[in-house]
Amino acid sequence: MHDLPPHGAADNGSPLDDDFIQLLSESGERMPNAEFDPWVRDIGAAGLAALYDDLVVVRRLDTEATALQRQGELGLWPPMLGQEAAQIGSARALHPDDFVFTSYRENAVAYCRGVGLTDLVKVWRGNAQSGWDPASVGMAVPAIIIGAQTLHATGWALGAQFDGADSVAVTYFGDGATSEGDVNEAMVFAASFQVPVVFFCQNNQWAISEPVGLQARVHIAERAPGFGIPSLRVDGNDVLAVMAATRVALDRARSGGGPTFIEAVTYRMGPHTTADDPTRYRDPADLARWAERDPILRLRRLLDAEGLFTPEFEAATAAHADAAAAELRAGCIGLADPEPLSVFDNVYTTPQATLDRQRAGYAAYLASFESSDTRSSNEGASV
Amino acid sequence: MTILDRSPMSPTPMSPTPLRHPNAAGPVGLTDTTTLTLAKAINAGLRQAMLDDPKVVLLGEDIGALGGVFRVTSDLLREFGPHRVIDTPLAESAIIGTAVGLAYRGYRPVCEIQFDGFIFPGFDQIVSQVAKLHYRTQGAVRMPITIRVPFGGGIGAAEHHSESPEAYFTHTSGLRVIAVSDPQNAYSLLRQAIASDDPVLYFEPKRRYHVKGEVEPTLGSPMERAVIVSPGSQVTLITYGALVSTARDAALAAADEGVSIEVIDLRSLSPVDYATVEASVRKTGRLVVTHEAAQSGGVGGEIVASITERCFDYLEAAPVRVTGFDIPYPPAKLERHHLPDLDRILAGVDRVLGR
Repeated sequence: MHDLPPHGAADNGSPLDDDFIQLLSESGERMPNAEFDPWVRDIGAAGLAALYDDLVVVRRLDTEATALQRQGELGLWPPMLGQEAAQIGSARALHPDDFVFTSYRENAVAYCRGVGLTDLVKVWRGNAQSGWDPASVGMAVPAIIIGAQTLHATGWALGAQFDGADSVAVTYFGDGATSEGDVNEAMVFAASFQVPVVFFCQNNQWAISEPVGLQARVHIAERAPGFGIPSLRVDGNDVLAVMAATRVALDRARSGGGPTFIEAVTYRMGPHTTADDPTRYRDPADLARWAERDPILRLRRLLDAEGLFTPEFEAATAAHADAAAAELRAGCIGLADPEPLSVFDNVYTTPQATLDRQRAGYAAYLASFESSDTRSSNEGASV
Repeated sequence: MTILDRSPMSPTPMSPTPLRHPNAAGPVGLTDTTTLTLAKAINAGLRQAMLDDPKVVLLGEDIGALGGVFRVTSDLLREFGPHRVIDTPLAESAIIGTAVGLAYRGYRPVCEIQFDGFIFPGFDQIVSQVAKLHYRTQGAVRMPITIRVPFGGGIGAAEHHSESPEAYFTHTSGLRVIAVSDPQNAYSLLRQAIASDDPVLYFEPKRRYHVKGEVEPTLGSPMERAVIVSPGSQVTLITYGALVSTARDAALAAADEGVSIEVIDLRSLSPVDYATVEASVRKTGRLVVTHEAAQSGGVGGEIVASITERCFDYLEAAPVRVTGFDIPYPPAKLERHHLPDLDRILAGVDRVLGR
C-alpha cells in the first residue's frame, strides 16, 4: 500500500529514543538538570505528594469510566491510561485565568481545571455534547474534529494579546493531529502574530492504529522551529519534566515571547477508545517496555526513596481515589435523560420560525401518544 | 475583475504603532442619508459597527493596507489600527478558527473570505465549530461571528471567483445566511449581522458592488424578514443577491405586457421568511424562484417544497425554478448562458402562467 519502509513504534519516539528532557528516571531517581530544575524547585515533599495523589486519582477515574462503559452505562470512553503525567504535569502548571483548548482524551486536564466528575462523562453517556460551561473552568469543550481546537487557542491568545492580559492559551492535541492542516495553520498564525499560546502535543505513539512514524519522519518537536516556534521535547511520563517544560513555555508566553511547542513523549497504554482493539496492531512487547516507564510507578519510587511513601499516605491516596470513583459512578448513573424537546434548544440564540414549527409539530406528535385521539397529532405541521 | 491598484500604505499588519487618522476626531459614521456604492455601504456598516463596539474586529486576507481586493475595508486599518483590522496569513480555516477563539474570549469577529470559491478550506471550521458551538454547549458559548463572502458571477472572472455556495450553509443548522442586494440593505443587514449573537454568513453580490444608491444610517426591518420590492398580483417572483435587480427589471418588462409580478427580495436565506412568501403566493397563486446557484439542492428547491406543503391548494400552477444549471461554474465566455437573466426569468414567468 505504501512505498515507504514499514513504520513501527521503534521508528520515532520509541523506548530506545530518549532524546528528551527528563528530571525523573524510570527507576525514580532525580536527574539533575541545570536548565529545568529551577522551574520545579518549589515542588517539595508536599508538592510531590499532591502530584502523586492527582496521578492516582485520575487513573482511578479513568479505570472507573472504562468499567462504566463495559457495564453499559457509557456509550464510549477514551482512556488516557499511561498519559497521566503528561496531563497532570502540564495542567498543574497553569493559572486559573489561562484557557485550555483540548481534544477528547484530556480528562486529567479537565480534572485539574475543576470540572465536576459527573460532567466528565455526560458526553460519553450521550446526555449532552459537552459537560461544562467553558467560562466557569477556563477550559473549552473538547473538540472531536482532530486539531480544530489549536486554531481556537490561537484566536483566544490573539484576543488576550489585544487585551493586554498575561493569560495564556494552552492547546492539547496528539501526534496524529500534527498532520492536520488546522494544526499547521495554527502554528503559522501563532508565529506570525507572536501570540501567547502553548502547543502541547501528547505524542502517545498512536493515532488509533497508526504509529507516529506514519505521521512524521522526524521528531514532532522538530517541526515547530520551521514555523518559527521554539520547541521542547520532554519525557511525557515524567511529571516533573512536563511541569518544568510547561512552566518555561507559559513564562515565555506571559512575557511576550510568543508561542512554544511541547512534544510530550508518552504512550497510550490502553485502546484508542473502548471500541478499539489494539491487539490487532500493537506488539505486546512494546506495551511491556512502556509499562516499565509508567508515570505513577516512577514517582512512587521517588517518594519511596525519600521516605514519603508511608502506609498512611498510600492509604489516604487510595481512599481519595476510591471516593472520586464512587462519586463518578453515582453521578453517571444518576444522570437524568434529557427532555425530548430539548433537542430543539440552543440551535440559535433567538427564536427561529422554521425550527419553532418543527418543534411544535414534533411536540404534537409526541403528545398524540398520550392522547386518545391520535388523528390530531400531525395536523398542519411538518414532523 | 477589479483592478488591484497600489495603496500608499505600508503592509505592516501588526505594526506596534497604530496608524493615525488624518481627521483628529477619528473615524466618523454615517449621520445622514448619503449616496453610496454597495461596496461603500458595507464599508460604512463596518465602520459603524466598529465604532459602536470595541470588540468588533476584522480578519481577512489583504483587508488592511489594500482595503480588500474589492476595497470594501478601505481606510479601516488607518482609522482603527492593526488590532481591529487584521491582515491574516493565507489560510481560510485559520481565519475562521481564530475567529472562534476570539469569540470564546468575548470578541465579535467579522471575517472576510476573499472570494466565494475560497471558502471551502474554511468549511470545516464553519460547519463543525462555528455553527454548532452554541448547541454543543447548551447555550453557554455564543459565536457572534460574521463571515462576509463576495458571491456570484457576471464579472468575467477566472474559475473559483464566481460561485454561489449559499446552499451549503443554508443546509447547516446554527448558521444564519443573508444575501444583500442594494446599498441600503447591505448597510442595514451588515450591522444587524454583526450585532447578532448567532453566526451569520453574509453574501455580497460582487457584480453589484459599484451600483449606487441612497443609504440611511438605519437598521431597517429585521434581517430575517423578506421584503416585497415590487408589488404585484399574478406571479410571485422570489430571488436574492444580484438577481433582485434583474427580477425588478423583469417585473417592469412584464408589466408592459400586462402581467403583474410581485418581486420578493428574500434577504435571509436561513431562516426563510415563509410568512411573507406564503402570503404573496396565496394572493398570486403562482411562484417562480430564481438564483444563480445550481438548481439541485438549491435554495429554490427548498422554497418550492415548503410553499407547496404550506399552500398547495392556493397554487394555480406548478412552481418554476429559474437557476444556474447543475454544472461547475463555466468559463467567462460561457457564463451568460449559465446565469439567469431577464429573458430567462420572463420565460419562467410565461411557464408558470401556462403561456
